[in-house]
Amino acid sequence: MLNVIDDTVNPVEPFLRTDRMPHIWCPGCGIGTTVNSFSRALIDSKIDLDSLALVSGIGCAGRVAGYVRLDSFHTTHGRAIPFATGLKLANPKLNVVVYSGDGDLSAIGGNHLIHAARRNIDLKVICVNNLIYAMTGGQTAPTTPGHATTSTNPYGTFEPAFNLPHLVEAAGAVYVARWTTFHVRQLARSISEAFQKKGFSFIEVISPCPTLYQRRNKMGDGLDTMKYYKEKSKVKNGAPTSEVGLTLTGEIAVGKFVDRDRPDYQSMMRAQYVESLGDRYVEMADLEEPEMECVCG
Amino acid sequence: MAKGRVSIVVERCKACGFCVEFCPTHVLELSGAFNSKGYHPPHVVHPEKCSGCDLCGMYCPDFAIYGTKSAEVKSANAAKDTNAAGGEK
Repeated sequence: MLNVIDDTVNPVEPFLRTDRMPHIWCPGCGIGTTVNSFSRALIDSKIDLDSLALVSGIGCAGRVAGYVRLDSFHTTHGRAIPFATGLKLANPKLNVVVYSGDGDLSAIGGNHLIHAARRNIDLKVICVNNLIYAMTGGQTAPTTPGHATTSTNPYGTFEPAFNLPHLVEAAGAVYVARWTTFHVRQLARSISEAFQKKGFSFIEVISPCPTLYQRRNKMGDGLDTMKYYKEKSKVKNGAPTSEVGLTLTGEIAVGKFVDRDRPDYQSMMRAQYVESLGDRYVEMADLEEPEMECVCG
Repeated sequence: MAKGRVSIVVERCKACGFCVEFCPTHVLELSGAFNSKGYHPPHVVHPEKCSGCDLCGMYCPDFAIYGTKSAEVKSANAAKDTNAAGGEK
């Protein structure tokens, strides 16, 4: 049922499992804001929702799969991209979106991330980066910037952090962008653009974690962080990704960094097999709609 | 006459304040009232200023607020679109 007030409906409402609201995300968390931008991108790009599958891993951002009224998978930890790869290979007509967090995608799932980018599998990856392992209690993640205080580094982080746009560009992604939760309209436009691309698209969204990251680093609440994003972020479209690393309190480079074309996994596979097998290579027939019979009632 | 209107689902609100801070025309304020979870949801203080841009709806992490254009603005936009389409022919 839609939650209708007076005679109007919230545009995001048709995309939500409203029976599961209110969600578990903390006050001031930015993940819900990214869902708003995602839903606006779905409206703008006029995608057939029956051809869309959303895959999430584990973590705060992994909960998105349970809250959207789409065909969605909530997979095991770090394995969102392998599940999505399987979906895409079995039914190449699907639009497959991976919606997960930085810990899931770049830590336990880091290997899958770089290899999916290397193979250029046609996936749209939305990585909500809150710079910490949030659901497990605020431990240092591979994306935590230097000198940040976390529960496992109470005297400050000293490990170098991953610069995710640089990592996926080097691995071979065709579309790489970064926005923060402050840039809602830009993010929606970026997601729409990624839907038009064929190949591995990666959109990083910097999001506040007021309960763990901002509190431990004395950076205020969610609203203070949004003001910080507004003040410190700088649009640098086409900037070299090697220069867009994040620091604790410094500038946040946002924008579309990479937009290029490379043959994707399935077209490379077809080209190779046609070359080596010739007529003997038979492409998979289109999937037929399974016959559904309702036995209820 | 306001160009738009804000609707608020009070019970979903967690009082993060994003809508109040980022409303371009400063229509909202956090109210003193509580919802059943103990948060202070926003309320409309300047209804006449609302442009119906729905930026509050884009920012709200709890899907608790949204803006809509008023019927007059919608029909004016539709008329503009048809004129533009006619002009291209």
